[in-house]
Amino acid sequence: MHIDWAALGQVFGVSLAVTVGVVGVFTLGIIGTSRTAQPQPQAAAGGASPVARTGAYACFALCAAVVAYGIYLIVA
Amino acid sequence: MEHITLLIGIVIVTALVFDFTNGFHDTANAMATTISTGALGPRVAVAMSAVLNLVGAFLSVEVAKTISGGIIDEGSGIQPEVIFAGLVGAILWNLVTWLAGLPSSSSHALFGGLIGATVVSVGMDGVNGDAIVMKVLIPAVAAPVVAGIATVAATRLTYRLANNRAAEDTAKGYRAGQIASAALVSLAHGTNDAQKTMGVITLALVTGGVIAPDSDPPMWVIVSAGLAIALGTYLGGWRIIRTMGKGITDIQPPQGFAAQTGAATVILASSHIGFALSTTQVCSGAVMGAGVGRKGGVVRWSTAGRMVAAWALTLPAAGLVAAAAALLADQGNGGIAAVAVLAVLGCGVIWMLSRRKPVDASNVNEPGAESAEPVGVVTAAVRSVAPPPAGKTASAADGADGTDAADTSNAHASNASGSTSDKDASSESAPTPATAGTGSTS
Repeated sequence: MHIDWAALGQVFGVSLAVTVGVVGVFTLGIIGTSRTAQPQPQAAAGGASPVARTGAYACFALCAAVVAYGIYLIVA
Repeated sequence: MEHITLLIGIVIVTALVFDFTNGFHDTANAMATTISTGALGPRVAVAMSAVLNLVGAFLSVEVAKTISGGIIDEGSGIQPEVIFAGLVGAILWNLVTWLAGLPSSSSHALFGGLIGATVVSVGMDGVNGDAIVMKVLIPAVAAPVVAGIATVAATRLTYRLANNRAAEDTAKGYRAGQIASAALVSLAHGTNDAQKTMGVITLALVTGGVIAPDSDPPMWVIVSAGLAIALGTYLGGWRIIRTMGKGITDIQPPQGFAAQTGAATVILASSHIGFALSTTQVCSGAVMGAGVGRKGGVVRWSTAGRMVAAWALTLPAAGLVAAAAALLADQGNGGIAAVAVLAVLGCGVIWMLSRRKPVDASNVNEPGAESAEPVGVVTAAVRSVAPPPAGKTASAADGADGTDAADTSNAHASNASGSTSDKDASSESAPTPATAGTGSTS
């Protein structure tokens, strides 16, 4: 009986890395575009700075690229 | 196009029915968490999934050359009757698990059905034992583990990173991301599973001599298979969606996003690297992982356990039904007709049972029966009062040993349909003193 442990290990490694990577990058994007949670209602300085916003869009773009690669994998 | 015999026609219709059950069985994979987090409304979600399934069916030109991936020896004179019996087994098992609201692999049901039918018709030689271990058992164990661990890590990470952000702000982003991941899962599903049905129909056409061996599926096969899976997806297996979206754990937007992304990644990675994992088990594992990964998240292991039991039963149960069907079908035309009639009857019974506690788009996000304890008490009371039902249809009996939920429905059903006379008898005997008493006073 031959079990392809190498392929299984590869699937595990790639899945773990890509999932954590994409979720992490996407979360960074969300952080960049959202306000911090403030206990008081009128939180003035909660808005995202332009730099954070730009970085966030870069994160979202990276995620979009990963999704595009996923579609490519399905089609190919 | 040559003459298509009646038998081939029946096989094609059966294959399309299987495709249809495959669609509504697996809607949950892509859309359960999307619906439960509110990223998409139930109707919109299944419509989107259906469209993507249809698109997916047309995307890939690579035909599923071997419908069973080498598990059965397709070269050894496999007859249309065998395919037919295998499909019947797979369809009935899909419907039983749907009735119980349990996500189980449609591919495994198809494999099991084909194995069972082949063993009866051709013998054990027609089945490749190593391939069963390699293609079914190992992936079944590995899929939820791989997807679960990846999702646990991703869920932990995203909660840690975004823990000082306003939840209402982040929820929008998470939902958008989740929709993208769910779309990928739907697309991949359409490509893989519609292909499977196309492969079955093409094989049936080849064995019937309608088209030449090794030819691509005709356009009408691609169109009809795509439409069948899309229609099934659109109708939505709401029972399974409820189990996956609400029953296993309570999903919040970050978890939904992590789970769906993990599922999409594992599905694509596994099919790309060449170690195919079952979509259903990947998605279920990811949902469990999301439950484990959130602080304070609760995974209902009893529901998860029932689900795992259904996975373990899928192959043998579908195989047994298919074996019985193959035995009948081998008797000639009458046998095939009998199998067809019994299959239709079985589907009808299961559908009738499902109408007793319908789950649809309107109540899909309500907690399922498993969290409502009073139902269990009532059922137990009903069971203790009612005598055990004697006669059941074959399909209902199959469900009874599978799961508690199916058991519950069966108990209700047999109570109402099978043994109404018993019920009448007991209700006559029990209140007799009371009626006698009131009768004497008045």
